[in-house]
Amino acid sequence: MAETANSGIGMPQLDISTFSNQIFWLVVTMVVLYYVMSRVALPRIAAVLADRRGTITSDIAAAEEYKLKAQQAEEAYNKALADARAEANRIVEAAKAEMQAELDVQIAKADAEISAKSAESERRIREIRYSEMELVTEVSKDVTNDILRVFDAKADSRSVTAAVNARLKGGA
Amino acid sequence: MASESGGLSIKPMDQFQVKALFGGDISWYTPTNVTLWMALTVVAASALMIYGARGRALVPSRAQSAAEMTYGFIYNMVKDVAGHDAVRFFPHIFTLFMFVLFANLLGLIPFAFTTTSHIAVTAVLAFTVFLSVTALGFILNGTKFLGLFWVSSAPLALRPVLALIELISYFARPISHSIRLAGAMMAGHAVAKVFAGFASALGAAFFVPVLAVTALYALELLVAVIQAYVFTILTCVYLRDALHPSH
Repeated sequence: MAETANSGIGMPQLDISTFSNQIFWLVVTMVVLYYVMSRVALPRIAAVLADRRGTITSDIAAAEEYKLKAQQAEEAYNKALADARAEANRIVEAAKAEMQAELDVQIAKADAEISAKSAESERRIREIRYSEMELVTEVSKDVTNDILRVFDAKADSRSVTAAVNARLKGGA
Repeated sequence: MASESGGLSIKPMDQFQVKALFGGDISWYTPTNVTLWMALTVVAASALMIYGARGRALVPSRAQSAAEMTYGFIYNMVKDVAGHDAVRFFPHIFTLFMFVLFANLLGLIPFAFTTTSHIAVTAVLAFTVFLSVTALGFILNGTKFLGLFWVSSAPLALRPVLALIELISYFARPISHSIRLAGAMMAGHAVAKVFAGFASALGAAFFVPVLAVTALYALELLVAVIQAYVFTILTCVYLRDALHPSH
């Protein structure tokens, strides 16, 4: 049939009897394909692409906004940190001053106590030394009176006392 | 024996025969293998562009991504080659590209019929492009469209000669446009068939032509896509000439 007719010719491409058939179906195909592509496929894909571009743009805008917010938050954080540092410094200074004042008071108190103690000690030392002198004077008087008695010398107690005092003063 | 007779009866051109699907003579409306493979081309193009992109997802699936890339590829080609005002013809050029691309690719399926290997088909496409672009040139630019043939940057004495050359090359456009595509398709398929015939004829050394056919198939895949690309970009170039003949 058609096969035998075609194989007689070298190239089926040059068989003019099939041209009308091919051209008819080509035109039908192209019209159908054009309508399918231009009415359905391309608007759909264009819409998807536009949609995506819109989403990306708005996402970038949102990202910018978030970035701004993050920067603001960072600034607030830094400010809070600086404030906290200043506050901490202030507290440290106050504590130091307080401690220094306390220390001064304590030192003053201690100094006062120490001086009181040393005054007391001095007084006691003086007391002891004085009582010793009293004792020595007493003993010296007694010894002098005894000696005078041994030599039967007469002497009133007043002159003995004066003599002893004079001797002790000179000796001391 | 079988290989002997197979070797002797390599008919590389048989694959291009137009056959009626249900027998009988071929008149202009008879459903033929042309009808079948053109319909499959429409189905394949729709499968990619509509079924593949059916999710309309913000983050596309692989098929949707392929559909979007095809769209973007042709859209940018039209915009870059033919100019911004050519974008209104984008659906036409896209249709052309999808038809040629899928006709070429489907033709590579074994036992398939390659509609674009027929000069009748490619010539109709090329002349449609040629006539519409020429008509468009005259409609948009009037007689200024003829400035396309008058190279004002050349010396005055040379201009008539150049005009003649430009005119001839302009009218040669649809011929080269159609024969390039049909020729590339036909040649590749015929060579593949010849190699395949050798495979049955060579007996034990069958693997040599089989390897050759494998390599050739990869090449043909490339050619199928490149020819679709070339056909489309040339259409864009012709369209640019119609829109901006002063170039």
